[in-house]
Amino acid sequence: MGQVQDLPLPKRCLQKGLCLLYCVLYCCNCKDRSKACPCRTLNLMAKAKALVLRTAGTNCDWETEYALKKAGAEAHRLHIQRLLDKAIGGSNLATLFRDYHILVLPGGFTYGDDIAAGRILANILRFHLREALEHFLGEGKLMMGICNGFQTLVKGGLLPALYQTCPRAERRDGTGPAGDSGLPEATLTFNDSNRFEARWIHLRACSSKSVYVEEGELLYLPVAHAEGKFVPRDDSTLQRLRDSSQIVFRYVDEGGDGAGYPHNPSGSVEDIAGICNPTGRILGMMPHPERYVEPYQHPNWSRNGLNKEPDGLRLFLNAVKYVKKNLL
Amino acid sequence: MPVRIEVFQKEKLPDRLGETVLSEIHALGAKGAREVRVVEVYLLEGRLSGEQLEKIGSELLADTIVQDFAYNSHLQRGKRPLPLSVAKGQYHTVEVVKKPGVMDPVEATTLQGIADMGLKVEWVKRARKYLIRGKLNREELETIANKILANNTIEDVFIETDSVPHERKPSAYNFHKVSIPLREASQERLLEISRQRQLSLSLEEMQAIQRYYQRIGREPTDAELETLAQTWSEHCMHKTLKGHIEYHGEMIDNLLGNTIMRATRELRKPWCVSVFQDNAGIIEFDGDYGICFKVETHNHPSALEPYGGASTGLGGVIRDILGCGLGARPILNTDVFCFARPDLPYSHLPKGVLHPRRVFKGVVQGVRDYGNRMGIPTVNGAIYFDDRYVANPLVFCGTVGLIPRNRCKKKVVPGDAILLVGGRTGRDGLHGATFSSAQLTEDSEVLSGGAVQIGNPITEKKLLDLLLVARDRNLYHSITDCGAGGLSSAVGEMGKDTGAEVDLEKVPLKYSGLSYWEIWLSEAQERMVLAVPPKRIEEIVNLFRSESVEATVIGRFTRDKRLHLMYQGHEVGGLEMDFLHKGLPRPLKKAHWTQPQHTEPDLPRKRDYTVDLKRILSSWNVCSKEWVIRQYDHEVQGGCVLKPLQGVANDGPGDACIVTPVLGSRKGIIVSCGMNPKYGDIDPYHMAASAIDEALRQIISVGGDLSRVALLDNFSWGNTDLPDQLGALVRAALACYHMALYFGTPFISGKDSLNNEFRRGDTAINIPPTLLISALAVMEDVGRAVSMDAKEPGNLIYIVGLTKEELGGSHYYSIHGHIGNSVPRVDAHWARKTMEALSRAVRKGLVRACHDCSEGGLAVAAAEMSFAGGLGMELGLGAVPIEGDIKGEDTRLFSESNSRFLVEVRPQMVGAFEKALKGIPYGLLGRVKKEPVFVIKDRHGRTLIHEGIYSLKEAWQSPLSTIGAGPVRLRRTRAVGS
Repeated sequence: MGQVQDLPLPKRCLQKGLCLLYCVLYCCNCKDRSKACPCRTLNLMAKAKALVLRTAGTNCDWETEYALKKAGAEAHRLHIQRLLDKAIGGSNLATLFRDYHILVLPGGFTYGDDIAAGRILANILRFHLREALEHFLGEGKLMMGICNGFQTLVKGGLLPALYQTCPRAERRDGTGPAGDSGLPEATLTFNDSNRFEARWIHLRACSSKSVYVEEGELLYLPVAHAEGKFVPRDDSTLQRLRDSSQIVFRYVDEGGDGAGYPHNPSGSVEDIAGICNPTGRILGMMPHPERYVEPYQHPNWSRNGLNKEPDGLRLFLNAVKYVKKNLL
Repeated sequence: MPVRIEVFQKEKLPDRLGETVLSEIHALGAKGAREVRVVEVYLLEGRLSGEQLEKIGSELLADTIVQDFAYNSHLQRGKRPLPLSVAKGQYHTVEVVKKPGVMDPVEATTLQGIADMGLKVEWVKRARKYLIRGKLNREELETIANKILANNTIEDVFIETDSVPHERKPSAYNFHKVSIPLREASQERLLEISRQRQLSLSLEEMQAIQRYYQRIGREPTDAELETLAQTWSEHCMHKTLKGHIEYHGEMIDNLLGNTIMRATRELRKPWCVSVFQDNAGIIEFDGDYGICFKVETHNHPSALEPYGGASTGLGGVIRDILGCGLGARPILNTDVFCFARPDLPYSHLPKGVLHPRRVFKGVVQGVRDYGNRMGIPTVNGAIYFDDRYVANPLVFCGTVGLIPRNRCKKKVVPGDAILLVGGRTGRDGLHGATFSSAQLTEDSEVLSGGAVQIGNPITEKKLLDLLLVARDRNLYHSITDCGAGGLSSAVGEMGKDTGAEVDLEKVPLKYSGLSYWEIWLSEAQERMVLAVPPKRIEEIVNLFRSESVEATVIGRFTRDKRLHLMYQGHEVGGLEMDFLHKGLPRPLKKAHWTQPQHTEPDLPRKRDYTVDLKRILSSWNVCSKEWVIRQYDHEVQGGCVLKPLQGVANDGPGDACIVTPVLGSRKGIIVSCGMNPKYGDIDPYHMAASAIDEALRQIISVGGDLSRVALLDNFSWGNTDLPDQLGALVRAALACYHMALYFGTPFISGKDSLNNEFRRGDTAINIPPTLLISALAVMEDVGRAVSMDAKEPGNLIYIVGLTKEELGGSHYYSIHGHIGNSVPRVDAHWARKTMEALSRAVRKGLVRACHDCSEGGLAVAAAEMSFAGGLGMELGLGAVPIEGDIKGEDTRLFSESNSRFLVEVRPQMVGAFEKALKGIPYGLLGRVKKEPVFVIKDRHGRTLIHEGIYSLKEAWQSPLSTIGAGPVRLRRTRAVGS
């Protein structure tokens, strides 16, 4: 899986029958593949570039890379140690993610989910890569956390980040803006069933803010987690999440209505399955969109027929579309 | 004194883990307990200020939205009260802590987390404290602690007091070479040495060793003797199955070679890439890839420590796949377990044995935690219950891998460095290979505690990520895993044709104090051995280091065909590879088998069999295993296109799973398994044949065919020194040979676990002869897959295959307390014809749903199809094709005759379907109905079974849905039919 190597840039251009001249020039002059294809100057063939960040215990990186490629992005998997080595080596942190438009924290059990799911990776992001991330997000780029990635984003304070519109601005002096007490705003904790559960669930998109989905959309995706129960700090936090339209996904039944277990597999507060930050560009969700990007991945395709545009793929397509429209 | 930080759920929030523990305590009979709360304890050694402790508590250890924390410290500053109401004296406390030397991965992670904050501590130790409220005396607390909270094999318990961390003085090891006087030893002395050192070697084997050392004129060192015992163990050498067996006057020289391997030789399938020689068998998948498959047993460790045993069992078979050829990428796991009934009364439990409910839960959790963390979907499995597994539960773990075609062969080159990668070495699991070849006794728990290993899946996941990179960069010549026997087995095996020299002091250790032979034999987990050409050493070590995996050169492969063991420059072992691998005397064992005679039941004819159907549906072996299946991630990697749970509500029992190893491709693989120890009580030959038929029918049911199917055998047997046990094994192996030839399905790998016998005084419990058959099929187009759930009202239901008077060993007899004698047989000629015809019909798109008839026969299979589809059925038995004279309707309903399928066909396809099945016995039973009612009528149109499908489903789901739920009643909303 994911073994199909991305074609080198010139070949891709050739395949599309575009800019033969540029390709020749590229091949002659440019040995460094990391540099943009000259085609990009025309912005015709420019691709959204996604980075799938992995570390010890990440295990959904291959299929996430596959989903992004299928949605038309150029995707790379990278071990976080490579970034940390650069950070320690004195590289300019602001440039670490410069080449990418979408940063994905995929699912898995980073560091074994020891202590609490996502906790160790969250601290690494907070203590070692904060500046790099703030720079990346400050440029209006996209970030997704799926399952363990969502847990990481919440525990690292990147979600829901109720009082931050631009993460770079208010952290300069070390204090948050008014209303931000500096305490964690929410968490993802153990399921009410107190065990890991894998099942397919229905979702309703209920935010007008997220760049990844249209409000009102219904989706069908699998979840697989033990610590997916979303709990906000208090009622006012929850209220603010609602008011600022940051609740992106709610678990629903097959009819689209709110329902209890097992439709809400974790006992999540208000059936919350995914949230975004105030800008809508950072998305965190417990269900796995990357596991439904091919029609045959649906559990009941042999019963109901094939869905040509699988629900999970739509999220990635929207992300890529957003990048093309706003960032290229 | 270390600082103690305690983390616990906020007082106003429910403690789910505590609730589960409370329900277990109540199940034990201690009704006085009212509430349990769980506290995670971290002991940190280091100089930390109050402010730093606050930071560690709030930003690392506690999730402050739902948890509080408290700490005490020798620094008075910042002291906080200890948790909850302990101060008020309301709770009894039991603190459980791992014994020194037992691995706890969380401790290392915590150290890292603290380092990430820029702080430093010397060490971290973790414990779990249970706060129990209620009237309980000391004795009750001790029972609760030992039966539920802790496992004495690996944990210490502190009642009403905090744990005291062990002194962490590094124990020094002073080298001295130990030789064992053997040359002059008497027979008694030889046996005594074998027993004392837990070598599990017989007198004959000890004498062979004695003769060798007499010949070379010196005494063996302890390391040499241990190496020989490990290499010659049943676990590593399969000496029974490859030895001489006298069976009914006939001499069988190498049973395995004459049955199972012989079938493969005779079939000569060109798509078999590697069979019976590597860590796993490999078959061709497509032009680019091969598929490898291995199923291992990990029975003995799981009996003592279910969680650790099962998780390391899975970890081990995953490493088999990593070490197959030059390394394969694991793409799916299978798990099959055998336990005693979970509701076995405590009074029936032999002394020194864990309760089956606890074994069951521990094993499932172990497999879950390891498999899920590795990111490998667990898509196939089975659980089988029989009380004879009470002291010897069986745990079969299998892994399938995807391997590039040009990476299937490996060869050590003399001069290659021996590179050890992965985890560090400790005293874990010493004597695992010899232990697993011995009987369990009530003292095993105490004697063999060292045989238990605890795994760390993240270490193995890191290895997996890097090994595949190193493989694709061609950085090594050969690879194998460290499993049973540790380095001794891995290096000994790899250097078999060359020779090897190892500097044991170079092996990275978890703690000091290990002697050279302990280093050599340790079964510490998550280690692999690579043969690396000298010019690649730097590159590969750097690669591993770049993702924080330790890689150390510990020696080199030579060309003198000798094994040299060195410690700090002293030779502590020197053995000829030839003697090590070929010096084992081949034993001669006697085997015979006589058919047991069971009472033939004469059950009364009844007018209504609804109750019988429901009793079979809710029997332990047939009931829904959803509670287990959902704890496994079966979707990770995105390849699963036919899931283990199928139907309108995703909860019906699928026959097999289909996985596409290459995303986006429609070429898939099917994995299935067959096992039925009940038939073995009548005749192990037919048990084995039926298991093969079952595994193959599942493949056919989901839309596969027989053109490229490989089989694996796993024999788990009782004491094969008993002639009748060995006789049963011979019969089963003969069936494997015959069936593999008939079906054209070669065996590619296998494993046996013998001596599953539990002894207490004069009584022995032998497990029932258990043969697990796993099957792997390549499927050209997963778009042809068929699930088992009934699809649309109005469709027709056919039965394909003959029903015979074969109720022996059936679940129908079982619920009435009988075994009987008429065991299901396999008519392989017809079985193959039936399967091939059905595959053709599926390929033509004529089949809407298909389910194989197995446990519980036609009635159970039809009921499962019906409620999984959320649709009713009305069937009649008049058209069931039968062989011979069948009198009772109960036989038609519940006979477990092999090679039968229920098939749903759309009305417009009927002609084409019947044409495709021309010449095959089949019968039209009835139709799928919209009304959710399940009806079966007899030949005269009288109703035999009449029940709502949700009531049937409830009967099928209830047994296991309550086992792990604890007091939290999770309301399940009923699925609505489409």
